[in-house]
Amino acid sequence: MTPSANLYGALGARDMIIWALFAGVLLVAPLVFSSGLGITMLSQVGIAIVACLSFNMLLGQGGMLSFGHAVYSGLGSFVAIHALKAAGAGTFPVPVSLIPLVGGIAGLGFAVLFGFVTTKKSGTTFAMITLGIGELVFAASLMIPEFFGGEAGVAANRVVGASGGKGGGITFGPQIQVYYLLALYTIVCTAGMYAFTRTPLGRMLNAVRDNPERVEFIGYNTQRVRYISFIIAGFFAGVAGGMYALNFEIATAEVVGAGRSGAYLLFTFLGGATFFFGPIIGAVLMVVAFVLLSEFTKAWLLYLGLVFLLMVMYAPGGIASLIMMNLRVAKFGKLRGLLGWYALLALTGIVTFCGVASLIEMVYHLQLNEAMGPVLHFLGLDLDARSAATWVGALAVAGIGFALFEFTRRRFAVRWGDVQGEIEAAIRAREAA
Amino acid sequence: MSFAIELKNLRKSFGKTEIIRGTDLAVLAGERVAIIGPNGAGKSTLFNLISGRFGPTSGEIVLNGQRIDGLKPFEIARMGLARSFQITNIFSRLSVFENLRCGVLWSLGYKYAFWKFLAGLDDANAQADKLMRMIKLDRKRDTLAMNLTYAEQRALEIGITIAGGANVVLLDEPTAGMSKSETSRFIELIREVTVGKTLLTVEHDMGVVFGLADKIAVLVYGEVIAFDVPEAVRANPRVQEAYLGSALADAQAAAAGH
Repeated sequence: MTPSANLYGALGARDMIIWALFAGVLLVAPLVFSSGLGITMLSQVGIAIVACLSFNMLLGQGGMLSFGHAVYSGLGSFVAIHALKAAGAGTFPVPVSLIPLVGGIAGLGFAVLFGFVTTKKSGTTFAMITLGIGELVFAASLMIPEFFGGEAGVAANRVVGASGGKGGGITFGPQIQVYYLLALYTIVCTAGMYAFTRTPLGRMLNAVRDNPERVEFIGYNTQRVRYISFIIAGFFAGVAGGMYALNFEIATAEVVGAGRSGAYLLFTFLGGATFFFGPIIGAVLMVVAFVLLSEFTKAWLLYLGLVFLLMVMYAPGGIASLIMMNLRVAKFGKLRGLLGWYALLALTGIVTFCGVASLIEMVYHLQLNEAMGPVLHFLGLDLDARSAATWVGALAVAGIGFALFEFTRRRFAVRWGDVQGEIEAAIRAREAA
Repeated sequence: MSFAIELKNLRKSFGKTEIIRGTDLAVLAGERVAIIGPNGAGKSTLFNLISGRFGPTSGEIVLNGQRIDGLKPFEIARMGLARSFQITNIFSRLSVFENLRCGVLWSLGYKYAFWKFLAGLDDANAQADKLMRMIKLDRKRDTLAMNLTYAEQRALEIGITIAGGANVVLLDEPTAGMSKSETSRFIELIREVTVGKTLLTVEHDMGVVFGLADKIAVLVYGEVIAFDVPEAVRANPRVQEAYLGSALADAQAAAAGH
């Protein structure tokens, strides 16, 4: 496969720079975050990027809201871990570096099987069926311990035949070697999925998202468009699953569970489903939330839910759309005038957050850490969760912060509307010229 | 001479209500036919039957000599029949150019290809560019369809309809909701882009009907009561009684210069 020649024809110089930057970041990142935790997280980011991008082939590009995408990444993980085990036992001659591909083929196979049912319908029915299949596979994972390994899951060792200098000393024992393998897969898969958006099928998938009925009248079978796209998404999800198996050397039932499917949905949405690169942002957030935020506070899922809620309500295009909107404003030279507003919004937002977070942390402290005394350490303060004054104080900070924030936000919304109007006028003037 | 479209004793019931009651119609290749009739006569239902959106209860539909009743919309579209919609039905989050290119892809044989880049499909891109100039939206190439004006969206609707090069074109109230000046310009546009094609159009505006059609079919309560050249249809007493006699229709026809 030599897509580079074709790619070059389809890409402008700007695109080439962006891709070079993306590859460069993946290459250099482990030198910057060189701690053990850093490289562990970076490996997971790579996996999450492939998973979220494949999920967004359905959600953002095809308008298919799947509640069961972890089925394909998870089953990819299981097949990959079995392949890795067999490779270790010498019964299945596959190089360790190709394990993610084994996962991909598994994901593709299961997408062929289940996708045939799910993609018959679109919209709400599609969402329901994916939910049903997700539950079905999760239930099966507990019922068939021979394949899924029961509660303990299936473990394998990625250091296969470590005895000799086979493969130029690359054993995939050290995490950094695994990272670079995963990074390579991340780049290739990202490029592959981006390329898909520029193909006839990729474009017709957008058309199916926008208006399935009309697609039928221009010669396309919408079910077929959905089905083939679903299979391709299943393949990339499976690759992500295989990367997971290689990275963690274990697959447990939760990799096919609803929780993981929900995480793909949530973070793809947070990152931004309307732009290709949105899920990449979402993937980074996912790993940061799961690895760092969960260490930081027990209430991390609650914060996550809050952020998700606010995003759905105020910025349904996700972070990517916020970035793109501001780039547009910047292009018309109007960003400078908004920076003051952003500072104000950030300031009042932080005050509100501190108040709300104090309340949440005190509730969690009372419920979970009562034995450790009523005082909790938060934001450099010692908060006495048993004292009314603390509660009143936190409530006051939250209330005042919110009032100020809302006051600022309303004024900002008007200003934002004016700026957009000015930009529209500028565009119209340019068109008329 | 061969018929492009033939309806033979076509019937369609929704529940117990029969909407299309034994319609017969035979349209010659290259003819422009306007289908008129009072509200609820079944004009849109007829289009939905021909284009495969609904299956008929009984009867036959023949397109270029082949039966198409009971086929899916995409199968009928591949056999060379295209339709537009009364309520604008476009790909709202795609640009004007992308909308048209989507309409072109199947007819050029690209099907479900995911191993070719759109940018490399010179014939599809040239065709989409040509269509864009034909419907006079070339200055809006990269504008998202949802950001177009209403008249521009109607033009795009026609553009997508003719994009696949179908030789039989059904237009469902193409000028619905347009102002008078927009309408006359739009009829000119339709005339230009459907040269050499068989055209069936549903219309309420009598000005459009007389400006565009070689023949008029009058549909009343699911039956074609007259099918002839405009002058003969106007003179037909049954038609006058059922529909055309209204002063409004005459006024519209007069305004169109007939």
